[in-house]
Amino acid sequence: MSLAATKAVAADKAPAKAAVPAKPQTAGDYEAPAQTTEVNSGKIGGDFMVDCLKSLNVDYVASCPGSTFRGLQESIINYGMNSKPEFITGIHEEASVAMAHGYAKIAGKPMATMVHGVVGLQHSSMAIYNCFCDQAPAIVMAGNVGNGTQRRPGVEWAHSAHDQGIIVRDYVKWDDQANNLQDFAEGLVRAYDLATMSPMGPVMVVIDADQQEEVLEPGRKLFIPKLRARTQPVADPGALAEAAKLLVAAENPVIVSGRYTRTDAGPKRLVQLAELLQAAVVDERNRMNMPSRHPLNHSQRGAAMIRQADVVLALEPMDLYGTLNNVDDRIGRPSQPKIRPGTKVIVIGTTDLNIKSNMGEYERYQQADMGIAGDAENSLPWLIQAIEQEMTPARKSVAAARGQKLKAAGAKLILAADEQAAYAWDATPISTARTSAEVWNQIKNEDWTMASEVNFLSNWPYRLWSMEKHYHSMGGSVGGGVGYNAPAALGAALANKEHGRITVALNGDGDLMMSPGVLWTAAHHRIPILYIVHNNRAWHQEYMHVQRMANRNQRGIDRAWIGTTMHDPNIDFANLAKSMGVYAQGPIDHPADLGPAIQRAIAVVKRGEPALIDVVSQPR
Amino acid sequence: MFARVLSCSVAVFFGLAMVSAPASAQDTPRGNAANGKKLFETIGCFECHGYAGEGGNAGPKLIDPPAYPAFIVQLRTPRNVMPPFTAKVLTDQQAADIYAYISTFPKGPDARNIPLLQN
Repeated sequence: MSLAATKAVAADKAPAKAAVPAKPQTAGDYEAPAQTTEVNSGKIGGDFMVDCLKSLNVDYVASCPGSTFRGLQESIINYGMNSKPEFITGIHEEASVAMAHGYAKIAGKPMATMVHGVVGLQHSSMAIYNCFCDQAPAIVMAGNVGNGTQRRPGVEWAHSAHDQGIIVRDYVKWDDQANNLQDFAEGLVRAYDLATMSPMGPVMVVIDADQQEEVLEPGRKLFIPKLRARTQPVADPGALAEAAKLLVAAENPVIVSGRYTRTDAGPKRLVQLAELLQAAVVDERNRMNMPSRHPLNHSQRGAAMIRQADVVLALEPMDLYGTLNNVDDRIGRPSQPKIRPGTKVIVIGTTDLNIKSNMGEYERYQQADMGIAGDAENSLPWLIQAIEQEMTPARKSVAAARGQKLKAAGAKLILAADEQAAYAWDATPISTARTSAEVWNQIKNEDWTMASEVNFLSNWPYRLWSMEKHYHSMGGSVGGGVGYNAPAALGAALANKEHGRITVALNGDGDLMMSPGVLWTAAHHRIPILYIVHNNRAWHQEYMHVQRMANRNQRGIDRAWIGTTMHDPNIDFANLAKSMGVYAQGPIDHPADLGPAIQRAIAVVKRGEPALIDVVSQPR
Repeated sequence: MFARVLSCSVAVFFGLAMVSAPASAQDTPRGNAANGKKLFETIGCFECHGYAGEGGNAGPKLIDPPAYPAFIVQLRTPRNVMPPFTAKVLTDQQAADIYAYISTFPKGPDARNIPLLQN
């Protein structure tokens, strides 16, 4: 029945107007008013989209609600019964995508996010950029009302675009704006496939509102393509054999590892390679690559190792130029190579397979003797095999002697770390070394992940903790978009939930203030995580930058705190967390109080809930 | 500013009296450690070296500092990425005050006696 006919029938049956009802109105007094809205009894496009997500085994969709994806949201919670994928309520689109960033690095697969048309996508763009820079897969689905004649007047126009992809095209691996549901299915599967192929990265697909709300006629034929069983590219065997010759013949081979580890095989293979060569490893810590206390892990004296090297093997390096050169932050930015003339450089990686022009995340071009395209983790068994074939008893003997020296130097590194950690052991504000040691003391016998970047804590966890498993750490944002840590750590905790693993984030105060709403998400979804707020009451990196400018210009050196600090008033992170339902303690500024506080918080986390401790900290 | 939250533990322990540097006494001007503390916490020293002089990945430790002549050379014309503190923004007396203050930094307990560092 047409809408006009429905109205006519309803008008015929309408009761005659009465001045005042003789008795209170009840439900049976009147016929139903004319239908002004269609109702559906069948399947809609959003349901099919849920089928697509299920076919890809997507467990979670993080999202802050927006009307341009209301159809799919309703399908997730009612048709899909909010299970695989489960809707995770984010407080900001940037946090939703950052959660996906951290989740992928621990789960080893992407989760999805939904963002509102145009505005939500722009909110999320910073986190998408971080994913791109860090080569982390994420599925971003952006709502849109593509057909202008179907848009409500006003804001719906502002939330729609002809080409949403252009907003993020510089830093996604691929984007798609489907014309129909079949097109969507193929686009989503392709997007997932591309996102998870090395070098991994975020993808964006537009979810059109008409397609989401479209009623599927019975018998309509739609199909979901089967996801290809993906293998990662392996390097050319001939090139690996040539690299093996160089490495075996080297007197001081050094291995540099960047975004190398993808799976639990990563650290094991790297240890095997390093021990075979008895070579020092300089871990750039973009992933959990080399066990932190392995005697061949010489990351803490990486520059010295690079200077001694005659062959450098770089595995998925993030910034090889920066690793092999000094660029001083002085006027003129003088630079000089760390490596000696004649040092051979071999690169194995996939980064160059997905270079975009505009953003500079690919870093300065570093010349090398061999550039071997291939996923490093997947290629290592073949390199190891080639080295074993190349290794002679004489070279084994050279390697063994080298290894003895490195082992002795490695032991000294550990002792030096302990000695330096003791310097400000009892100081207030609490030293970052003390905080790291106190946390380690509470989690060392648990199954755990350290889910934050800790360069702003002088990398103490890498120096004091024993990190061995591929999920013990996961690197940082790489893009440097502040506001990554807190939500990315929560994403990691979401991935760890099914394993009963404790997730710890040593989280900067400036970072947390970018997306404090993640605390509510953690509480609402009962995601166990321990946030230790590294509260130095400043954006300390910027504090130092402004100080540098002040000293350079000699116009006053005591005002660099203006615009770079967060005091007056001090932020009360414990009460901030409590206001969102998170167990919290602090501010803690006496070192002796820290251990017991962490112990109490860990007990909360073990119950499956989030906890936060506000630690008033030394700057670094 | 944040410097206000600095513990008084170091200051109280050493009393912040006029302290002479421990080495090369004839080359070391007398400095006012109390004034040095104020300067240390307002002109950026703590940013890289920490309030307790413990150092970190942004700057080396200042506990057990080098002799004053080496200190003043590094302060005025740093060899590394440390920003220069020229005489235009920091007088020789102020430099001496800072040196007097950092000379009071305790080394901290022996790591071998800290159970948490025996892992």
